Amino acid sequence: MRIYPAKPNSVYLYGTCLVDMFDPEAGLDAISLLEQQGLKVIFIEKQTCCGQPAYSSGYTKEAKCVAQHQMDLFIEPWPVVVLSGSCGGMMHHHYRRMFQGDGTQAQVEQFCDRVFELTEFLVNVCRIKLEDKGDMTSVVMHTSCAARREMNVHVTATQLLNQLDNVELKEQDYESECCGFGGTFAVRHPNISQAMVEDKTRHLAKTNAAVLVSADWGCLLNINGAFEYQGQSMQGRHLASFLLERTGGK
Amino acid sequence: MGHVPAGPELFHAQANAALKDPQLRQNFRGAMDYLQDKRKNAFVDPVEEDKIRTLCESIRKRCLSKLPELLEQLDANCTRNGIQVHWAQNDKEANNIIANIAQSHKARTMIKGKSMVSEEIELNHEMAKLGIECLESDMGEYIVQLDGDKPSHIIMPAIHKNKQEVSDTFEKHLDDFTPTVDVDELIQTGRTRLRQKFHDADIGLSGVNFAVAETGTLCLVENEGNGRMCTTVPKVHIAITGIEKVVEFLSDVPPLYSALTRSATGQAITTYFNMISSPRKRGELDGPVEVHLVLLDNGRTQAYQDEEMRKTLQCIRCGACMNHCPVYTRIGGHAYGTVYPGPIGKIISPHLMGLDNTKELVTASSLCGACGEVCPVRIPIPEMLQRLRTEAKNPPKPDAMPMKGQASAASTLESLAMKGFAFAATNPNLYHRGAWSATKLRGLVPNNMGPWTQCRTSPKLANKTLHQLIKARNKQAGDK
Repeated sequence: MRIYPAKPNSVYLYGTCLVDMFDPEAGLDAISLLEQQGLKVIFIEKQTCCGQPAYSSGYTKEAKCVAQHQMDLFIEPWPVVVLSGSCGGMMHHHYRRMFQGDGTQAQVEQFCDRVFELTEFLVNVCRIKLEDKGDMTSVVMHTSCAARREMNVHVTATQLLNQLDNVELKEQDYESECCGFGGTFAVRHPNISQAMVEDKTRHLAKTNAAVLVSADWGCLLNINGAFEYQGQSMQGRHLASFLLERTGGK
Repeated sequence: MGHVPAGPELFHAQANAALKDPQLRQNFRGAMDYLQDKRKNAFVDPVEEDKIRTLCESIRKRCLSKLPELLEQLDANCTRNGIQVHWAQNDKEANNIIANIAQSHKARTMIKGKSMVSEEIELNHEMAKLGIECLESDMGEYIVQLDGDKPSHIIMPAIHKNKQEVSDTFEKHLDDFTPTVDVDELIQTGRTRLRQKFHDADIGLSGVNFAVAETGTLCLVENEGNGRMCTTVPKVHIAITGIEKVVEFLSDVPPLYSALTRSATGQAITTYFNMISSPRKRGELDGPVEVHLVLLDNGRTQAYQDEEMRKTLQCIRCGACMNHCPVYTRIGGHAYGTVYPGPIGKIISPHLMGLDNTKELVTASSLCGACGEVCPVRIPIPEMLQRLRTEAKNPPKPDAMPMKGQASAASTLESLAMKGFAFAATNPNLYHRGAWSATKLRGLVPNNMGPWTQCRTSPKLANKTLHQLIKARNKQAGDK
């Protein structure tokens, strides 16, 4: 179990490369949510990508180089809030592993301790209380495998949705099963990935939920692309945008 | 449909064939759902589950940390008990040892209990060359053998078949069999046919689940009773095991046994648990007159030598990682083309067969972590895969022993691409210019993006990047 710090005055936002290019509004919405909590949000312009593509493909040297570059940007002792469980897992767990036995290990660990995924930060550090201002609706959530198994934040994401009085949270079959993205896995083993995402979209659609949310844009690229290919209307959006909208911040 | 796996290097073709077989897909999904449920019901209290896994992990780690001395102790204590111990470096040596024992008894037939290690050394095939017939007596193995096939799962060898398909197999190969989908009748058919074979066999061969160094005892976990028949009825019993199965104390066995059966089939205990500590003693009425133990390395020391990869050897062969793997569920065990399929197979097979033969397997995971989450001895399988991917791409460090097949997946093109990625991701100006141009040119994203668009539309880039939006937002705030 992770021990959470007291609420700070300022936080860093780590947007992730996928939010940067595919859903920048989710980044702005996360900033608004954090500001509503009375926090000053600092976005370091020089941030790029956490290095996961290189790491999971076996290019540890390149991944370490990218990781070092990111860590050097966040010099103040403020929390680093990440808009994805998967990049959060990379920066919270795998950075530690990559630098094990190096001279900089202690500093790296200090950085890793400061990394939080958005929902766990809102729930466990901000102790957020959401007031639902929206109409009745239903939602189904997809949690990335890293968010679930490395960061354990499917719990906090659910807690946030459960705070919304007018939102019915629907459960899908095989909820914890992978959507088949896995970064390069989707293109290295396209047919296995296809079988997985087709099952995932079927289970999500079967819930008949009005909205699909996720806090991971990797999975959303996969799931949304498959939904659109199949001609289905369901499209997932980032949880930050949904939360901000429900609480009238937008 | 009796297809014999051709090998891990043909993984893509084999996986694709499996994906296109709706019956196979349905059989595996059904079976894995069932086994997942069984495991869930066996571990109802997460706190207890956590405790058991931690305890079992520590037992396996302790035993592996003393592996060489425990093996020597096992050898000494087995020998003292009258069990003859043999060491085999590879499959060839193991087969020679077993062939010599068989020939010294002029044996023509061997009845086998379940043993994945005997699959690993292709014992049946090698013995057939010498005119020795091996007959599988585990029901799943028996079915698979009738088909001329190989197991598709390490604890349920015929799980790729439904009852109709089992009936079809029996109808094809057994005389006087009336087709039925009654499971009890099917099992009874197999049992009846095997009964006389136990009696007639010259040698019984089994695997080993735990080999206890302290007492020189071989433990066998099973449900059907055929293991007990193999190890007591024939005059000679040969047990074969990988060197990693040794445990230090007798008291190490109960927790591991409990974790094994609960993780595998959701059982608190199995119908049979056999402990073999010696051949038949003077005055005893049954049991073999000779017991042999063959200890097989076959690449395991490669895993042992590396402190991180040593965790691979913690495995107690429960199969839970397979039962929970979304990839295994969709392609089944044969597609892997290895003796040990699924997540654990992906991390064991490179040591047995070399990374050059298995490099496709180590990439065939979305690293979802379901395997690590259920492993009763907490093998961090995704981390091991990560490590093997690195070893497949890079030459060994100057101070490290090379792995078999090391760097065999090295690709100049991919390596350049990754260097390019690292360069861009550490040069923010370049990175942002790239992201900016991408959003500007987003109308040009092609509809056909190869493997990605075979079941998805191409991703839609945003109008502006987050970096741009924040710049504008900050400017607006500054202007106010």
